[in-house]
Amino acid sequence: MSVNNELVTVNFGPQHPSMHGVFRMRVTLDGETIVDIEPVFGYLHRGTEKLTEERTYVQIVTLTDRLDYVASMSNNLAYVSAVEKLCSIEVPKRAKYIRVIVAELQRIASHLMATGFLLQDLGTFGTPLMYCFREREKILDLFEILCGARITLSYMRPGGIFQDTPNEFWSELETFMDNIPGQINELESLITGNEIVLSRTRNIGVLSPEDVINGSLSGPMLRASRVKWDLRKANAYEIYDELDFEIPIGATGDTFDRYLVRVKEMKESIKIINQCAKLIKPGPVRNEDVPLVIRAPENEAYAAVEGPKGELGFYLVSDGGISPYRCKIRAPSFMNLTLLKEMAIGGKIGDLIVNFGSIDIVLGEVDR
Amino acid sequence: MSFNQLYIFVGDLLPFLPDQIVFIFSGLSMAITICTFILGIGAIYTWFERRVLAKFQSRVGPNRWGPFGLLQPIADAIKLILKEDIIPRAADKSVFIVAPIIFLATTLLVYSFIPIGDDSQLGGLNVALLFVLGITSINALTVFMAGWASKNKYAILGSIRAVAMLISYEVPMAVSLMGVVMLSESLSLVDIVNSQSSMPFILIQPLGALTFLIAAIAEMSRAPFDMVEAESELIGGYQTEYAGMKFAVFQLSEFLTPIFTAAFFTVLFLGGDSGFSFIPGIIWFASKTFLVTSILLWFRATWPRLRIDQIMGFAWKVLMPAAILNTLLVGLEIVFLNENYLFQILINSIVVCIFIYLIANILGQKKLILRNPVPSELANMDAN
Amino acid sequence: MTKIADNKITKNLLSSELKKMITLDNGFIYSDPEFLYELCKELKQNELTQYNYLKSISAVDYIEYFELVCHLDSMIYNTSIVIKTKIYGRNNLSVKSLTSLWKGAELQEREIWDLMGIYFDGHPNMKRILLWEGFKGHPLRKDFLK
Repeated sequence: MSVNNELVTVNFGPQHPSMHGVFRMRVTLDGETIVDIEPVFGYLHRGTEKLTEERTYVQIVTLTDRLDYVASMSNNLAYVSAVEKLCSIEVPKRAKYIRVIVAELQRIASHLMATGFLLQDLGTFGTPLMYCFREREKILDLFEILCGARITLSYMRPGGIFQDTPNEFWSELETFMDNIPGQINELESLITGNEIVLSRTRNIGVLSPEDVINGSLSGPMLRASRVKWDLRKANAYEIYDELDFEIPIGATGDTFDRYLVRVKEMKESIKIINQCAKLIKPGPVRNEDVPLVIRAPENEAYAAVEGPKGELGFYLVSDGGISPYRCKIRAPSFMNLTLLKEMAIGGKIGDLIVNFGSIDIVLGEVDR
Repeated sequence: MSFNQLYIFVGDLLPFLPDQIVFIFSGLSMAITICTFILGIGAIYTWFERRVLAKFQSRVGPNRWGPFGLLQPIADAIKLILKEDIIPRAADKSVFIVAPIIFLATTLLVYSFIPIGDDSQLGGLNVALLFVLGITSINALTVFMAGWASKNKYAILGSIRAVAMLISYEVPMAVSLMGVVMLSESLSLVDIVNSQSSMPFILIQPLGALTFLIAAIAEMSRAPFDMVEAESELIGGYQTEYAGMKFAVFQLSEFLTPIFTAAFFTVLFLGGDSGFSFIPGIIWFASKTFLVTSILLWFRATWPRLRIDQIMGFAWKVLMPAAILNTLLVGLEIVFLNENYLFQILINSIVVCIFIYLIANILGQKKLILRNPVPSELANMDAN
Repeated sequence: MTKIADNKITKNLLSSELKKMITLDNGFIYSDPEFLYELCKELKQNELTQYNYLKSISAVDYIEYFELVCHLDSMIYNTSIVIKTKIYGRNNLSVKSLTSLWKGAELQEREIWDLMGIYFDGHPNMKRILLWEGFKGHPLRKDFLK
């Protein structure tokens, strides 16, 4: 008896529960095994780079919120540091501390989302996801105290931050920082040793250090594959050189390592925030010399920060006008998708979903 | 009250009626009573499951409609009935419509054999165990019908998974029941309950009970074996194209199966309605069923899903040997130990522990050892 | 801190043929479009530079010419460098693809072709990425819709 094999092409997305937005993959299947993948982009393309050419430098801050909409603070930070580099603007010390605190809070929030949705993709019925969301809500509450918004924050300005922290912020932050290590441990006790999680994620989607560097991956994807590279240390921006923290890396570069690196990074972020909260001193939070409508000198600058997803860079070119001549966004989610094909081909459908979840993309940033 | 009692009662009450009419009348009234009761239980169970899952996930759950949100199932039902009933143009219309009906019918049918009190509603059919196994295996067919008729790639993938998985798990499930049949020397569920009056079978053959429970979870395709409708992979599996009332029927059957499984497990391994002290049997039965349902819910709330190859491997490499080992052990004990229950319990408990330990070490995951990773030489962020 | 590589030192490391092809101006290395690939290959493979990480490729429209800007990082020496190349003209522009050197260039080159209209020869899958096939024009060009 001969068996007739016929390949089936299935569309995953743009409307699919685990496509993290409107991503689309055209997957060719041989039964349950994946033969080929073609990612299709662009369902959320809003032309951010073109829009920036019509806005003033301060107005663009609001556009950056909408790139990676689960990590607006990091986007703000990356953009304003590019503007500051372009125009050589000095930032007061207190503003730098506050920026680092909120960026690290945002990193925790974003990693919680990533972990929660990875577990959701693994097929848990929402329990770890809800645990993660519960903690993320508290971080959003903190942001609400700071700037009134929860998701699209627009907190930072070239030359500092938009306003100093209200008094209740510090007590709320302290309560939060007291609780969060326990909550992360609770999450870990639910997931890390679980046999099914281990059997689903270990040795799945293994990427070698050569591959990830060659594929321009960044962030936890890079570090899970034994590449110890973090812009916070490698190119210590803001005040990261004064702080004491570790860069966690993974052992094998599989999906489980990517999860583990994220959890460890959350713990390091807690350390960073605690140090900053101790070191911070009163003072101005905004460089008053910076005008509302900035005219940048005819120059160009590339500045990158280590966002939750990876290296988030802004390349600004100025022609001396009130808006940038060209603004290129190096989006980590977009670049991290480079190796999706390598990770998924040969695996099962379940592996594809888990691999995709471990990349942790946000469509606002992929399609811009 | 069983069917026979009702039949005689109606015959005595209205002696002028021909026998056939009495038969049909009493049969119909019995069926309507059972269906209404079961559907009511199912509706309450949907509320219960959602509330308990919400508690697991530190949410609140449905609490708006009625006291504690108890009227939520009614609101859901009204919403689903009023929804547009969509049949895809490419679908095989008749099969598409028939599939949910058969699904619900089989689910309801098996309830009539559950013995509550001295008798089951259908009067203790003497091959009830075989009958129930046969009826539940129709599920695989209906799921395949639904998936295939939908002409949707997700649905077809889901139904292929369903057929592969449900048929695989049917085998260890049936084999694990051999021990029960051998101990009670009957296929009738009433006899099985009666023979557990001194000692429930879960103590005598824990391995069989465990195998049956796991296989039954897979048969229901609930977490961690919810491969069939794997939401994050196949959207809704075979249900993808269903909407409105047809979807509601599928959902209802899916909420009914765990109750049936729990009741069946109670009958086979927990001694049915037998208990001690003055508490009536029906309370014992309900509370045991409730306990098993809660355990099923607990699994669902906490565990991720296995991959398809791991699920199939688990059926054939773990559950099948376990079921066969259980059958062999029980058979040998019946021959040599002659109803010395305490000694059987001792031997079987030790065997279960050894079996689980061995299987976990041979086939299970390697323990999580967090090694200190060696940084790659391709990056040196401390340079300069 | 990441050190910005000294362009003069970098130039001296290159072979004499490549040296002729590049010019230093305003703190950047400018190369002819035809030699961009060779220059990048040399920078990646030379023991003393080892630019193994492609941070980003961007294209800027200066009306009379397009500028292709490559930000390279050496993770081994923690240095960074900017390579630029000017492409004159408006139509049928093409450069040799860097995909065979860095796989990370794949998506970005598709993006540049989509939004700026610079074609990359030797790219494995040179299609539009963010916009749909059949879209007219390249929206990030300064003369788009004008």
